[in-house]
Amino acid sequence: MDSKREYQWAWLMVLPVVLVVAFSAIMPLMTVVNYSLQDIFGPDSRFFVGTEWFKEVLRDADLHAALLRQFGFSAAVLAIQIPLGVGLALCMPKKGVWVSVSLVVLALPLLIPWNVVGTIWQIFSRPDIGLSGSLLTNLGIDYNYTGDSVDAWLTVLIMDVWHWTSLVILLCYAGLQAIPDAYYQAARIDGASRWAVFRYIELPKLKGVLLIAVLLRFIFSFRLYAEPFVLTGGGPGNATTFLSQSLATMAIGQFDLGPAAAFSLIYFLIILLFSYIFYLTILNMDRGE
Amino acid sequence: MQSNRRYIILGLWMLFLLIPIYWMINMSLRPNQEILSVFSLWPRELTLQNYFTVFTSDSWYPSYINSTLYVFLNVVISLAVALPAAYAFSRYNFLGDKHLFFWLLTNIMAPPAVFLLPFFQLYQSVGLFDTHFAVAFAHTLFTVPLAVWILEGFMSGVPKEIDETAYLDGYSWPRFFITIFLPLIRSGVGVTAFFCFMFSWVELLLARTLTSVDAKPIGVAMTQTESASGFDWGLLAAAGVVTLIPGALVIWFVRKHIARGFALGRV
Repeated sequence: MDSKREYQWAWLMVLPVVLVVAFSAIMPLMTVVNYSLQDIFGPDSRFFVGTEWFKEVLRDADLHAALLRQFGFSAAVLAIQIPLGVGLALCMPKKGVWVSVSLVVLALPLLIPWNVVGTIWQIFSRPDIGLSGSLLTNLGIDYNYTGDSVDAWLTVLIMDVWHWTSLVILLCYAGLQAIPDAYYQAARIDGASRWAVFRYIELPKLKGVLLIAVLLRFIFSFRLYAEPFVLTGGGPGNATTFLSQSLATMAIGQFDLGPAAAFSLIYFLIILLFSYIFYLTILNMDRGE
Repeated sequence: MQSNRRYIILGLWMLFLLIPIYWMINMSLRPNQEILSVFSLWPRELTLQNYFTVFTSDSWYPSYINSTLYVFLNVVISLAVALPAAYAFSRYNFLGDKHLFFWLLTNIMAPPAVFLLPFFQLYQSVGLFDTHFAVAFAHTLFTVPLAVWILEGFMSGVPKEIDETAYLDGYSWPRFFITIFLPLIRSGVGVTAFFCFMFSWVELLLARTLTSVDAKPIGVAMTQTESASGFDWGLLAAAGVVTLIPGALVIWFVRKHIARGFALGRV
């Protein structure tokens, strides 16, 4: 990190990226800021309203509910996927053909287009044609994810576990692979139990990748959109409407430009905060190695 | 004993991953009337009619071509601009480099929903709405920063002495970069291309907003299959199965590096 040469002309190499991303990110973001401060009736009639839209959005009960649902969902996602991912990573074979086979099978859900993930689970859990749906119904459990909000919520959660736990497994597996054999041999000589090996060798070594896994899972669950959109459409009622969907409905469905823009900025600031934590974590990791 | 139990747990997990996919494949091989009338764990009247429709109907196969086109465009743009930038970040200090690097990261993390409305208006006003280029370019919002981060991670793993030796031997930067450096990080380039492909391929929200007819991606075609008589489940499943194929094919080549890609090149 520190042995890098000072070289201002390096800016020329970075310039194309800056231009492309500025077109894709800064210009749109300025438009959002612009909308968030004005009331727009048409191309020529617009009024400066200051922080009015922000106040409205911060008082909006529907958005409070969506935000609360979002945090609840993200917390549930982390509470399930992180321990499960670590546990399953410990079950992975260490060498041989089966490593490749397991890696490919595990990575498969990560590569399915997000709306198709929704479709898969729709087909899988519908009470009339789905395997799990009809199984549960035949067992006498009253299950209907389109009508009952608890069922809908659980289905979206299980779908997310299905979709993303592999990410945690892959990261932890890569972390475990980096532990030198000598550590395990030393533990064997000392007669350490399996738990002690995990607690004092594997877990400390996994700390770095686990932090990355937690932050990635948090941020990706925080911008969840396509899967519940296809599976439940946000319903029943608003039971599975998370932040991205509220925002998309507001901006494209109802064309409430002002509030949607104010909401976008608040949403973006929350993500920015977590990205900064993520950045500091990665910097510390790079320095530690 | 111990290791057997571990493999059983892992096996059960993989079963959980594969059963929903199997169920979709099962549906895709059955006619819709049979799906709705008979519950069956395997296709009783095996038919390829659904796949035939997907590959020949005008409302289906062009949308696959559209998706492939914009994903390909996106990968090319992303790699072209990210390679020199990643090299600069991995080798040099320059004014504002750390701030720039963090700003790129925020774009990977940003929810696409935030950019929905301005993108819609921006691309409409420059006349690119409903073109492949619009979607490819909109996706660079997160694929270019992603490419820079992953490539920087891989490039930092290459010792700086190699650069210096090459310059002493009289190599110019472009010649050094193409003939010496790129072959050294070719697995990194592969992984980066794969991740750009992946994130552009799985994204729906922006692609859906920026297209209507001419550049309609497959994800949108799938959300529009509802007709007056309800969903044609068999057809929907077949369309879904076809979207799995590109991912399943390329994943084999990057299986060893996929975790490193997800950690942005930093495991």
